[in-house]
Parts: sequence; structure tokens; C-alpha cells
Amino acid sequence: MAEKMFGKALKRVEDPRFITGTGNYTDDIAVHGMVHAAMVRSPYPHAKIKSIDSSAALALPGVIAILTGKDLVGAGINPIPTGWLLPDLKISAHHAIQPEEVNHVGDIVAAIIAETRAIAEDAVALVDVDYDVLESVSLGSTALAAGAVQVHPEAPGNLAFDWTIGDAAATDAEFAKADKIVKLELRNHRLVPNAIEPRASLAEYKRAGDEYTLHTTSQNPHIHRVMIGAFVMGIPEHKLRIVSPDVGGGFGSKIFQYPEEVIVLFAAKKVNRPVKWTARRSESFVSDAHGRDHETVAEAAVMNDGTLLALRVNTIANLGAYLTTFAPAVPTYLYGTLLNGTYKWKAIHAHVRGVYTNTVGVDAYRGAGRPEATYVVERIVSTVARELGMDPVDIRRKNFIQPSEFPYQTPVALQYDSGNYEPAMDMALEKLGYKALRAKQAEMRKQGKYIGIGVCTYLEACGLAPSALVGSLGAQAGQWESALVRVAATGVVEVLTGSHSHGQGHETAFAQVVADELQVPVEHVVLVHGDTARLPHGWGSYGSRSAPVGLSAITMACRKITDKAKKIAAHLLEASVEDMEHVDGKYQVKGVPERSKSFFEVALMAHLAHNYPADLEPGLEATHFYDPKNFVYPFGTHLAVVEVDADTGRTKLIRYVCVDDCGPIVNPLIVEGQVHGGVAQGMGQALLENTVYDASGQLVSGSYLEYTMPRADDMVQLEIGHTVTPSPHNPLGLKGIGEAGTIASTAAVANAVIDALEPFGVRHMDMPFTSEKVWQVIHASQLAQAADD
Amino acid sequence: MADKVPITLTVNGTKHSVHVEPRTLLVQFLREHLSLTGTHVGCDTSQCGACTVHLDGMAVKSCTMFAVQADGSSVTTIEGIGEIGHLHPLQQGFWEMHGLQCGFCTPGMIMSAADLLQHNAKPSEAEIRHALEGNFCRCTGYHNIVRAVQHASGQIQNQAQAADD
Repeated sequence: MAEKMFGKALKRVEDPRFITGTGNYTDDIAVHGMVHAAMVRSPYPHAKIKSIDSSAALALPGVIAILTGKDLVGAGINPIPTGWLLPDLKISAHHAIQPEEVNHVGDIVAAIIAETRAIAEDAVALVDVDYDVLESVSLGSTALAAGAVQVHPEAPGNLAFDWTIGDAAATDAEFAKADKIVKLELRNHRLVPNAIEPRASLAEYKRAGDEYTLHTTSQNPHIHRVMIGAFVMGIPEHKLRIVSPDVGGGFGSKIFQYPEEVIVLFAAKKVNRPVKWTARRSESFVSDAHGRDHETVAEAAVMNDGTLLALRVNTIANLGAYLTTFAPAVPTYLYGTLLNGTYKWKAIHAHVRGVYTNTVGVDAYRGAGRPEATYVVERIVSTVARELGMDPVDIRRKNFIQPSEFPYQTPVALQYDSGNYEPAMDMALEKLGYKALRAKQAEMRKQGKYIGIGVCTYLEACGLAPSALVGSLGAQAGQWESALVRVAATGVVEVLTGSHSHGQGHETAFAQVVADELQVPVEHVVLVHGDTARLPHGWGSYGSRSAPVGLSAITMACRKITDKAKKIAAHLLEASVEDMEHVDGKYQVKGVPERSKSFFEVALMAHLAHNYPADLEPGLEATHFYDPKNFVYPFGTHLAVVEVDADTGRTKLIRYVCVDDCGPIVNPLIVEGQVHGGVAQGMGQALLENTVYDASGQLVSGSYLEYTMPRADDMVQLEIGHTVTPSPHNPLGLKGIGEAGTIASTAAVANAVIDALEPFGVRHMDMPFTSEKVWQVIHASQLAQAADD
Repeated sequence: MADKVPITLTVNGTKHSVHVEPRTLLVQFLREHLSLTGTHVGCDTSQCGACTVHLDGMAVKSCTMFAVQADGSSVTTIEGIGEIGHLHPLQQGFWEMHGLQCGFCTPGMIMSAADLLQHNAKPSEAEIRHALEGNFCRCTGYHNIVRAVQHASGQIQNQAQAADD
């Protein structure tokens, strides 16, 4: 019997190229005749473009063309659409190059095409744009206030949408019954995703056939093809090929269809040369979609025994200047529906207002709405515990949905299909040594040392998701996934998937599942992704959907292969199909190993079709389009331990324990890697990262000199565990793990810091917990203490 | 545009005598003139370390020096440190310990770690984390990168031990 690959910590098959410097990222590609693009970007957050004088730039030797917004509009290039519509959504046109008005620092006003990148960048400085500078607004609540600066005429009061979920009357009724109401004002600050590979695009145009090829840093090349081809540029699908080769991290930021992709495609045809653009990091900061940016007031109605009754949430979501691809979905259906968490709230009501500001667009960033929801729920539950004098673990245990209660209908639309929250929490508490650490914490406080323990018992909905459901909620795309499994005459198995790997190790994990399904050596399985010319249509990777949706499609396609292979083998063995079994890599007559055909023999005969069933098509390949019946619902418990230096305000993560339940694990190395990275990003938000616009609308944290990325010495070795509760509705029971770490860790770390600061009377403070902010609250508390003494 | 100037440098053991624009960065020279695209550019402020190479045996950020400054020097890139079949212990360590995900920071990370191990063959976890402060990774949380360096450190000591025996 061949060794089972599912569950094996197989070393990644994609690694050899990456560790030897032979990966193939977009910027690594150079083609004959290639020229370069550089963008002229607005230095102002809000301004009218009065005129553009490009004569000096055009005169620079090596400059080939300069494109403006009027050139694109004049050529019939449409604005970039949003991919998710809400009722009464106010949409302002998002042009690839602005023809009349700029709406954030970094907005594109012209593009230079030149022989070299250096010449293109030199020419940028020579373009003279005359602006009429307008007043701007960068904070969501400011934009909503009466008399605020108007960003777009299409959205009066800057309101893009006004959305609610849940039963307001039922929520009010629970609040009326409550012993206690606990209120928190929370700022979930804006983040820059910062995949380490900057975005890049290389466009080629062939006059023969009027065909375009775009190599671009995308998590979902087919979505790019639909958006650019069908909506922006009017290129038929078969004449627009999108290739996303090796992609250096995405975290959501490479889902979206960006202006530069349109610009290089347009330019490639115009100058009849291949055109490449690669972002400088300083451009990434002002052009990659940002994440989070919520201002929330949350109230919990509770009983004195710790029973959670109802939750009322009012959120202002800053959407930035334009609605990017999934922007309307993130603070609504990916946020409001997640506010139930793991608890038995009787009622929930959420009100979300999406607001335009003169800032970079905000869209999905690792977790996309779910970290924001988890932050609200887990902060308020811990605050309730504090105010009732309960342990944060006890209040969670008391209110958990019980295993017998699934499927569980929440008050905010989702129906959880499975879950078992206490074992995961107990495993995490055991690993941490929770009780002993609480005792140590009390001892340390007596010595003037402050550690905090943060608890987060999260749940997320991922594996996006049934097409009919997301369609009814406003998605302009399907959310199924495709797979094509093609067996060559040699028995090599080529697996083409609409999922995209930009670090997740699909080439390994997917091959493991295929190897088991087809009972072939794992090294005979080759994964193909990221090229619209080779794959069936697919929807790409985000929302932790690759395993539950993409791998389910592959699994089902493999089962079609096995069914057909059995028929071929039965014919060759002169047996009936019903008598065939698939054992040990062979198709054999049940219980008669001597009467068998190998996978290779079957594959070869499928291609030769010399001795073949009359009613069967030759060939051995199968396509499957898999549309899930529901989201999947991973959950778990994360425990963070943070030390706060009272003299300096410095916060430091000193331990981190997490127990996640993502269902059966295909490859533990890869799953744990996803958790590690996710936790670092969530910790980064809590302790380090911040995106700061100043009063004039300038992004002052616009480079790595100002934006504090987590570094190696900010992290500790994580202590990881798993429980396994399979999803009941997909063929392998898989759930997602790509975002769980980020969803859980921000709240866990924040709760730890607030816990550490309890002796200083701190009930809540907003992230990030920088030394200065923490020192200020400690110092204020000490001054107040001294005044009392 | 200033006139091109002649430079001679050795990259991964091969000598190159070329003319470059004075403003050509070393990383640009490696990637665009020599097609050694394993060395990456992740930022424009010398923070991320994706462009780390060795210059005369020392780790440098190749986005932060001009190619002309490397005139007369010897440069080693990720392509020169090892290859399939003859991997450097750090390349092996990153593979064994799942020290990479998207792979973009990996070449710079390996070159920085190689510099560390040249100077400190048996670093502590804290020393590893400190040595890699100049290299960003957004995927791994550094967890398995630390373990990869520890793995390589062990391999190097085993090899040294074997050579002594």
C-alpha cells in the first residue's frame, strides 16, 4: 500500500526554485523590446487638475509617450468597477488615470512610457501638473459630520452605503432586560498589507490577432481578466491572457484590479512595445488597497451572572477615495455576520456606514472584516468579564455554543454547521499553564512587573462560498472553483486549478490529496495555476478558500478520473465495473490482485484506445466545478502573553499559544506556517503597525522608515495545537487556515496589553500599543496615584 | 545622463568587465545586466533586506550601493551560494524547516543568515533574531526562519565535526 500523503509534513515541492533564486516573479521577466512605465501621482489628497504640461518630459531623450486620463477616456477606456454591489450603493468613477480630479495622495494623473525605468522616473519630475487644491478629509467620522468636505458629488455627505443586519427591536428588548450594559468605543486602525513583493505588471500586445498578455501580481488572474476585459477595456476573453507567475505574498492586496494594469495594457498597444511597471515601495504605500479602518461603538447587554444577551454595534467604515474590487463586502457581509463569534447572543444588531474619504481605497486585508468583527466581540467580552469580576475564560465557557446545538442559526444570518469550542480552549489553557500564569502575574505585579494574558476564542467564516448566496448579497462574481485533472499517457497527472498560490504551498498540499485520490506517487502530480490561457475559469485565492473550495473541486475531478479508470480497467480485464476496486495504486477485480491493471496501463490505454470500451470516450481527464453548500467555520483559542515595561511603556510579546480547528490537516508544515504568519500580522497590528494621515491628508507613514513592520525580534516561537472538527459539507471536511492567525491574534494581543495595564486603571485604549501611548497612560495613572496619596 | 563608466567585478566566481551608468544600483546591475533575478527589491529605503548579497564576503543591501562602488570586488548572490544537488546548509535548512512561503524575502534572508553564521557558527535564538532584524518577512512570522538558521547551524557544526574526525 502506498503511503498516505494526507496529513504528512511533506517538504514543499515549490521550494527548490525559491531557495536557489530561480523563482519567476513578474518583475523578473524581461521580454524583447520591453519599455518601462512610471506614474505621475498626485501629491495632494484632493485637487482639480487644471492642466498638464508634458512638453519638457516628452523632450527628454528616451521618453516614448505620456498618457493622461483624457487619453484613456477618449479611447473608450471605462472606469474600474467594484465587484460587489449593495443596495443604493453610491459609486464614483474610478479611472485608471484621473482625467479631472484627484482624490488621494498617490492618485495617478499621467503615465510616462520610456526606454528605461530611470528615464521614465526622470520624466515624472518634468511633468508640470497645475492643480487647484481642494480641502480634504481623511477620517471616516469627520467625513460623515455635518458640513464635511465633499469627496464625490455622487455620494452626498460622503456616505457610500448605509447597511444594517440583525433585529433592532429584539436587540432593544434584550437591552431592556439586562442587568448591565457595557460600552466600548473602538478604533480598528488602518493597515497597509505590505506583501514583500511590490506589485508589478508587464503587458504585451500582438497586432497579429489583436491579442494582449498581461503578467501581473494577482491572487486571481481570472477576476482580472473579467474586470479588465469585460468592463474596463472591452477586450474579448480569448484575446486577453492574464498570467500571475510566482507571486510574492498577497494578503488580499493582490486580489484587486488596479489602475496600473490597465495603463500598461493600453500603453503596450499604443506604443507597440511590451510595457513593464513595477511599484517602488513608496508607491505601494499610496496605491495598494489598505485594510481595516473602522470606528466602532459597541454595547453589550449582559446579566450579572455573565450571560451575554445582546450586542449592538455601530461602525463607520472608511472606504477611502474609491470602491475597490471587494470593498463594499468587507465591512458588511464579512463583518456584520461575524459579530456573533462563538457565543449564544440572543440578539445582535449592527449598523455600518461606508464612507468616502481622500485616502487610499480600503479593501480586504488578511481576514477582511472578520478580524474587525473578532476584535469587537473579543474586546467587549473581555471587558464584560472584567467589569463583572469574572475570569475572561469563564465568561467564554459560560456562553459558548454547545456541540449539540449545531447547526446553529446566529442572529446575524450565518448558520454555523459545526463546532466544538471548549476542547480547543482547554487545550490552549493547558499548554499555557493558565492558572499558574495567573498566579505568577499577581506575584509579579507586587514586584512592579506587568504581564498581561489575552484571551481570544474566535470563529470565522471562510471558504467563500456558495455562489447563489454571495450573488444574492451583491457579489458580481461566482464563488465556485474549477479543477481540471489531466492524466498523460505516461501516467503523469497534471492538475489545473483556479486557486492561486502566492505562498500557500498548493503545489505540495494539492499534490498530496491528488496522490491519495488517484493512488499515484506524489512526485507524478504537477500543479498548474495562475494562467488564464491554460486553466478553466476560476476565482482565485482569498478568504481561505483554496482548500475548502479549490481542493474540493480537485478531489471531485479525481473521483471522476477514478470512475473512468475503473471502466477502462474492467474492459481490459473482461470484468464488470461493479466488480472493480481501486487498491494499492491498481484497479483490480475485487479480492483478486492478480487480475489488475496499473494506473500507467490504464492511462496508456485511455490514450491509445486500441482495446477500449465502445461506449467510452478516449482520454483520461476530468473537469469539475465545485460550488460549496455553505461557508466553512474554523475556530480556536489564542492566548497571548505580553510584558509591559512600566518605565518605558514598551510592550513585548513573550508567549503565544494557539489552538486552531481548521478540520483535517493536509500538510501540518503548511498549516502551521499559515498560523505563524497570520499571528505575526495580527500582533503587528496590535503592537506596531499604523497608517497615519496628517491633518492635511498626507500619508506620513509612507515608507518602512515610518511604518513599523514586525521584525524577527518582535516575535516569539509560537506554541501551536489543533483540534479537528471536519466541515460536514465538503468531500474532505476541509476548512481554511490562511486568515485564522490574523483574525484571532489582534484581539488576543490587545486583550493581553489591556490586562497588563489593569493595575493602572486602564479599561480600554486603542491600538497600536506603542511605547509612547502606553507610557502616557501609565504615567498619567502614576501622577493621579501620587496626587491621591 | 552621465557617460557610462567601466567597472570590473566578479559575480559568483565569474569576472565581468562592463560599462554602466554611474547611477546603476548594484541590485539593478545584478538583475538587469546579469539576469541574476534571485536578488529581489522589496523597498526603497534599505529596510526590507530582500536585496541582500555578499560583497567581498560581507552581507550588504545591494539596493543601497552603486554598481561602480563594487568595482574590483567579488559579489556572491543567492545563485552563487549553492544549487540543487549542492545546497548551502541554509538553503537546505529553509527547505527542511518550511522557512519560506512566498519565497520573495528568502534569498536576502539566506544571505543575511549566511553572514551571521560566518561570524557566529552557533548563534542563540536571540542572536538569530537580532541578526535578521534588517530582513522583512510577511509570511512566516519568522518562526520557521529562526528554526531554519538553527538547522543550518547544526549542519555546519556536524560537517566541521566530521572534517575533524
